[in-house]
Amino acid sequence: MRLKISHTTTYSYDAPVAYALQQLRLRPKSRPGQTVLRWDIDVEGGTKQALFEDEHANSVDLVSFLPQTTQVTIHSHGEVDVEDQKGIVGPQKSCVPLWLYQRPTPQTVAGEKVKKLLGTLEKTDDRLAQLHALSAHILASLPYSTEQTNVTLSAEDALGSGHGVCQDHAHVFLAAARSMDIPARYVSGYLMLQDSVDQTASHAWAEAHIDGLGWVGFDISNGISPDARYVRVATGLDYYSAAPIRGMRQGSGTEDLEVQIQVQQQ
Amino acid sequence: MPDKIEFFDEMFGYGADLRTPYVDYNDWFSSEDVANLKSKSKQAETLFRLTGITFNVYGAEEAAERLIPFDLVPRIITAKEWGKLARGIDQRVRAINAFLHDIYHRQEIVKAGRLPAEMIANNEAFLPQMIGVSPPGNIYTHIVGTDLVRAGPDEFYVLEDNARTPSGVSYMLENRETMLHMFPELFSKINVRGVGHYPRALRRSLSACAPPACNGKPCVAVLTPGIHNSAYYEHSFLADQMGVELVEGHDLRIIDGRVAMRTTEGYKPIDVLYRRVDDDFLDPLNFNPDSMLGVPGIMDVYRAGGITIANAPGTGISDDKAIYSYMPDIVEFYTGEKAILKNVPTWRCSEKDALGHVCDNLEELVVKEVHGSGGYGMLVGPAASKKEVEEFRAKLLARPDNYIAQPTLALSTVPILTEAGLAPRHVDLRPFALASPKGVDLIPGGLTRVALTEGSLVVNSSQGGGTKDTWVLED
Repeated sequence: MRLKISHTTTYSYDAPVAYALQQLRLRPKSRPGQTVLRWDIDVEGGTKQALFEDEHANSVDLVSFLPQTTQVTIHSHGEVDVEDQKGIVGPQKSCVPLWLYQRPTPQTVAGEKVKKLLGTLEKTDDRLAQLHALSAHILASLPYSTEQTNVTLSAEDALGSGHGVCQDHAHVFLAAARSMDIPARYVSGYLMLQDSVDQTASHAWAEAHIDGLGWVGFDISNGISPDARYVRVATGLDYYSAAPIRGMRQGSGTEDLEVQIQVQQQ
Repeated sequence: MPDKIEFFDEMFGYGADLRTPYVDYNDWFSSEDVANLKSKSKQAETLFRLTGITFNVYGAEEAAERLIPFDLVPRIITAKEWGKLARGIDQRVRAINAFLHDIYHRQEIVKAGRLPAEMIANNEAFLPQMIGVSPPGNIYTHIVGTDLVRAGPDEFYVLEDNARTPSGVSYMLENRETMLHMFPELFSKINVRGVGHYPRALRRSLSACAPPACNGKPCVAVLTPGIHNSAYYEHSFLADQMGVELVEGHDLRIIDGRVAMRTTEGYKPIDVLYRRVDDDFLDPLNFNPDSMLGVPGIMDVYRAGGITIANAPGTGISDDKAIYSYMPDIVEFYTGEKAILKNVPTWRCSEKDALGHVCDNLEELVVKEVHGSGGYGMLVGPAASKKEVEEFRAKLLARPDNYIAQPTLALSTVPILTEAGLAPRHVDLRPFALASPKGVDLIPGGLTRVALTEGSLVVNSSQGGGTKDTWVLED
């Protein structure tokens, strides 16, 4: 399936920004089952400073704002061919030791609520079946809600809130899988929706490492493993380490954020 | 059973026989008037105060700046003794750099079963952001200060490998300056190898590690946390001696893909940054977001090949006290040779059997925190009271994996000048090695720290230790 993707993020400030930097994890990479035909990132109001691979082999652009800017637009766009791999991403190839994916991060600590959730999960020795069951169990306990928030919740807080978005589902999955000693990671990417080209946020899901299979994807929010409609962009230990944009700025002005995403089949 | 351990004295050996390296010095000393020397000692102190070498003691009630006492009897090492130390340190520094590259890449040493994965996985000094990073020449630790102790005529041990940010080199340089100033005649009588070229050697070594983005003569700078840091004097001293800029985080910005410093002629890119800011505070965009001391984005420019950071972030994984116990294996694994320098036998309290042994013998052991430094939070069994031992036992049992234990070594002594003349005091030695793609450059000398209290085995300046000039004799 050939997907055309456009992702525009606009930051507006009520006062000129003296100095700011942003890390963009917005470049999908070619890999088995995913071929990037072209990809570009255009920045208005800022300058690209560096391009590097981070520890998870994500392509990262570092961008600085132009002096005294009040608006920055980041337009990331391209075309990607995707094959259905039944959610199987394959063996760990980078240098990252698997144990790193078993360590909880502040967002993925398995506290009382995650443990309680695990307590009501039916157990099986089949790892793959166990993780599918976990995914379904999370969605049942934490129904998907379109109530958009810009707040990043930890797995525990998300469970406490009673409903969640894809990011919350992924965090709960990571916390639960890691507490079962299964290496698991966060994936940020795009999903082509059947009923709408326009979207207001990128998608997120999780991958778990199963001996023999390697990394396997779980889109908890949709109850399936990723297929030819999914484009993997960045992976990390949680939302923070895989986030499409992360930054810091000097100054106390307020920030307005607008995101426009289009994903369509060519 | 002897009621007293015999200590090896570097001037008088085990008895009163003068050792060869001290013959010339002793001739000179015998002809000097002790009262006159004592007054010279006061003079040295004044010199230090004037130059401003002081030191903040962490944890002291008042953050008062204190002078590290200087003793004017030098610590003398023969060319032959030094030769062996130099080969051993060279080997160790090469092994540490190879180890760091491996740990941040394929971790072959773990796969080969020579180092348990938990030693890395549970180590706070392991920096995931360094995974896959290969700095110029694969040099991770550019400046190493190996702490050595001596327990006999031919018995040197490595106490720890300071591979993250070893300090104290300014004392090596100032101590020599002071000695040259006060006793010029001594240096015309005795052939002592120079150490004064250290700043030039440091600049040369750092320049040899310039990143791919560097064009032309590498621009080196020293990054300091600022005047409130205990080693600020050393930061400014080294920048001054190298003839490079001393900068703080707020002087730096990311411009044209480089880390650039503000100058009177605008921003200028830095090629090699000798940073004296700890990893956690180095880059608020990538590490501790609350840090005001660092440079946001420097890790990104580093990973893109736009700057060299010395020492590299994440080098702490190689010098923590739990990894230390694996150093003989580490040296052998990467160099294919047996370690030339010995390790002190070390019990890892994280291991059940070891913990049992340590608990049964606390009164005889030295117990240290895995990540501790500066002589803080440690127990010197033989010197501790029963109450101190019991209090320490509780701490140890609460977090055994936080501690290692070692036998109390019979540290060698070197005389210091007291009111009553020469008196032996325990010493250690920290030579400074510089690593670059061109090899390891070891400065012939180092920092000799001396426990000024009679019988004390703790030489750390934060615990009331002093320093001596360290002489390596010419062949």
